[in-house]
Amino acid sequence: MRPDLEIIQNWIEPESHVLDLGCGNGALLDFLKGSKNVTGIGLEIDPKDIRSCIEKGVSVIEQNLDESLSNFQNNSFDTVLLAQTLQALNRPDHLIDEMLRIGKKGIVTFPNFGNWKSRTHLATKGRMPISEFMPHQWYETPNIHFCTVNDFDALCVSKNIRVLARTVVDSKHQGSWAMKFWPNLFGETAIYHLARN
Amino acid sequence: MNSIPSDSAGIIEPQKFHFDKPLNLTSGRILPCFDLIVETYGELNAAKSNAILICHALSGDHHAAGYHSLEDKKAGWWDACIGPGKAIDTNLFYIVSLNNLGGCGGSTGPTSINPETGRHYGPNFPIVTVKDWVTSQVMLMEKLKIIKWAAVVGGSLGGMQVLQWSISFPERLHSAICIAGAPKLSAQNIAFNEVARQSITSDPEFFEGHYLERNTAPKKGLTLARMVGHITYLSDSAMRSKFGKTVNDCEKEGDNFGRDLKSGELSFGFDADFQVESYLHYQGERFSENFDANTYLLMTKALDYFDPSIDYDDNLSEAFSESNCKFLLISFSTDWRFPPERSREIVNDLLKANKEVTYLEIEADQGHDAFLLPVPRYIEALSSYLNHIHTEVVKNAS
Repeated sequence: MRPDLEIIQNWIEPESHVLDLGCGNGALLDFLKGSKNVTGIGLEIDPKDIRSCIEKGVSVIEQNLDESLSNFQNNSFDTVLLAQTLQALNRPDHLIDEMLRIGKKGIVTFPNFGNWKSRTHLATKGRMPISEFMPHQWYETPNIHFCTVNDFDALCVSKNIRVLARTVVDSKHQGSWAMKFWPNLFGETAIYHLARN
Repeated sequence: MNSIPSDSAGIIEPQKFHFDKPLNLTSGRILPCFDLIVETYGELNAAKSNAILICHALSGDHHAAGYHSLEDKKAGWWDACIGPGKAIDTNLFYIVSLNNLGGCGGSTGPTSINPETGRHYGPNFPIVTVKDWVTSQVMLMEKLKIIKWAAVVGGSLGGMQVLQWSISFPERLHSAICIAGAPKLSAQNIAFNEVARQSITSDPEFFEGHYLERNTAPKKGLTLARMVGHITYLSDSAMRSKFGKTVNDCEKEGDNFGRDLKSGELSFGFDADFQVESYLHYQGERFSENFDANTYLLMTKALDYFDPSIDYDDNLSEAFSESNCKFLLISFSTDWRFPPERSREIVNDLLKANKEVTYLEIEADQGHDAFLLPVPRYIEALSSYLNHIHTEVVKNAS
């Protein structure tokens, strides 16, 4: 399993009801169903991913996150997940609001643009960073709203969102003492557990 | 036909089941006894856990797959989906397909003899509803000694029966698969049905529905009804490509208007000039030779009346509250009869009711008819979904 998902699953209660926004091939929901008896639904627009979900028996709805999520009721899920999708949305801030309307808690993961590798790339080459982790050219990238750990912290403060937990990991998805002290500099993937205040 | 294709359900012999128990209909009328004509494909397993019910649409019948004889030119209406190795796989499932009450394929309907009068029911056959059909399908299920369907599957009006199953008999199905469906008809849908009905009833050969006694049939009216219906099954783009010259790669698709002439020139008369016109005439006429006008009237009424929310204060999600199955809904991008929004209404009410639902919106050019055609993404999704259902109800149970 993708290691950010490994961390996420620790935050999900057994028997809970989970909505996975941009659920990809359904691997996390499938795992949660098997290991924690979680019920859940994924939203996805990629036909190949949707088919993978169906093959696993994961319930999936073809729905674009950039369009409304008004078809989901307030408080209808225990946890709403958004893994590695935030940066590809038209209005990430609106979606965070929606997540915490629909779910009692939210989990968000995103690539941290404040990581030293990105900073060094921009500082030395003067060009938008391209890495194994962020492989697209600036003009063709689906990732239109990159942010840093500090940016996201600021957004949570401005929206009065409670950060229950925050962790950052590197590309091998391991934490280290450096990441613990300087998450915005050393973390490559940021993982947030959120709730309404 | 020289031989049966290897992925065909094969040569099928329909069976008739007789029911003596009176059926109380939604209208308040009672059908004292009736027959249902049924086809089955595949083998029922010992645990009787691999049965699938197929529900047909407006002009469908029990003959969903395979052939009745080697002389048949055409296979059953859903042969694209039912057969060995196909999406609804006869190697895995035991598939039951019936002609609904009021039909003209061999089940009791307007063309049957009313035992009380010794004459054709004709227009006196009671109007049956989707709910009545589902009740009669449960009676068939009991006769076949099936406790729970692995899936109930249908497109269009068939999809409405699927929804009704999940509401009326929640314990009797494991999954509900509703393709190109709608939670109820809109004014536009009802309007098209009314044009169809008026075409039939205003045909001088209709005789208030008693045409069989006069050895005639309102063929012109039924032809017109089918023509207007057929237009609603196709999309604008499907008609352009069907009735226009093949567009070269260098030409834009929008340049094709589907205006190919029947013969090389305009007639300057009122006969058919364009291919689309003669196609519709041909389809309508063929249909009117094989279908009963009273059945057509009845089926369109069943469509108009369908609204499962009506018993639940117009709240569809409340109607689904007792449903105990998983749902798969599929819609098609160019379907303007029951467009994707209509399926999404159902999906949203299922979500509101906290049900397990999967929904796909398939890009397809063919309009409403796409549900009958081998559209690759659709077939793959249906196949994957049912394979998983098979694992859930058959493999995991044993």
